[in-house]
Amino acid sequence: MGTGEKLYLYPLWLRLWHGVNALCIIALIITGISLHYTGRSVFFLDFKSSVTVHNFAGLILSISYFIFVTGNLLTNNGKYYRVKVQGLDKRLKKQIQYYVSGMFKGEETPFPVSEKRKFNPLQKYAYIFVMYVFFPLLIITGIGLLFPEVIMEQVFSVSGILLTAVLHGILGFFIFVFLLVHVYVASMGKSPGENYKSIITGWHS
Amino acid sequence: MNPLYILDTLKFAVGVHSTFNCIDCHSMDYETYPHNGELKLEPLMTCIDCHGGDETYASWKFDEIEEEFHKSVHYEIYGDQFSCSKCHSQHYYKPVARTSSSLLEIVQADNAMCLSCHDNMARYQLVSDTANLQVVQIHDWLPNQDLHFRRVRCIECHTQVKDSLLVSHNIMRKEHATRNCVECHSANSMLQASLYKYQNLQSRSSERGILSVIVAGNSNFSTEYYVIGASRIPYLNLIYAVIFFATLGGILIHTILRIIKK
Repeated sequence: MGTGEKLYLYPLWLRLWHGVNALCIIALIITGISLHYTGRSVFFLDFKSSVTVHNFAGLILSISYFIFVTGNLLTNNGKYYRVKVQGLDKRLKKQIQYYVSGMFKGEETPFPVSEKRKFNPLQKYAYIFVMYVFFPLLIITGIGLLFPEVIMEQVFSVSGILLTAVLHGILGFFIFVFLLVHVYVASMGKSPGENYKSIITGWHS
Repeated sequence: MNPLYILDTLKFAVGVHSTFNCIDCHSMDYETYPHNGELKLEPLMTCIDCHGGDETYASWKFDEIEEEFHKSVHYEIYGDQFSCSKCHSQHYYKPVARTSSSLLEIVQADNAMCLSCHDNMARYQLVSDTANLQVVQIHDWLPNQDLHFRRVRCIECHTQVKDSLLVSHNIMRKEHATRNCVECHSANSMLQASLYKYQNLQSRSSERGILSVIVAGNSNFSTEYYVIGASRIPYLNLIYAVIFFATLGGILIHTILRIIKK
């Protein structure tokens, strides 16, 4: 399809992290829903297995998150996540415009992928939020729930564990919604399957 | 003197029977000192002798408690030898489940009754030949065992809930104890009818903090504790559903447009 050069955008460590992260997230979503809506449906896992799988997947996810952050600090990959406030609203508007109408009119993508720019602005800030705000909060609240004795007993007469669990659930839910959108947006490459291939081979064409 | 014969007067003074004189329950002959050694053999009053069939104590439902106790494993094995006082010390008992507003305190006081024998070799061997108590090992299957022991009472799993009683007294054989997590960890949690029962009955009259009003709205949902699978914030599920289906709808519409405009 593409006439442009092939770019090696996803190094092996990143692809491995992405794969492990994806599997953990899927396991956490399924078991998380099973734990919150226990006894609702035969599609959910039983409670005891859900607890074990959720704890285990959460632990692996936390370790792999640590690897992700370290990798971004030590390699060039970190540069894709640097916030640039100037003109941000315009860039975001442009990208939204493209998704909402431009792409249906046959317009070219306003921020084509290059070695310098792996993500379009919407993608970039969604990833920054998910990876640097949601993930740390999710991991911290998760550790809290794994060791509930570290959580404050009462906050204005509301159970501290309840607040932590609700926050954990809300963050988990948004990661779930993000996953749906993420998987869908990935189909908007040069061909619908292109980006899925890239994250496996590492090469973007 | 044998320390077991000496009462802790401080504990007695804050117990349910603090206003009683010794001879209200014990023989009049205890008025003379030194006591006649044979007095130890006197037939003692049982709890039901005072509490049974008396309107004053009707709300405590002692007769029903006795009925339930007669179905329990304690009575089944030890019969009348197993008296109320084995768990509820007549000298020091405090009705914590009715007087305390702290669930942790209620749980601790209640479990202490069970553990006073089941985790105390000296007392346990008075009635059993078992050489080695293994409370912790037996409950190894329970995830986060320590937390369960501190947050719920033994009787949550080891008794059958009886709606008319505040605390169920039909303690079952271990084979009949529930091992089904979902009995408590579900929207229709058994704990609402057991551990949280008294609190639930009281909650309508109590004042709530501002944060709990925000979290729970006007519902009876308690914000004082959290049980996975049982604590659900009203409306939050609805918000989840709206966002979830809006996302799916958006993706679907976008996909259709992409196909049409291709």
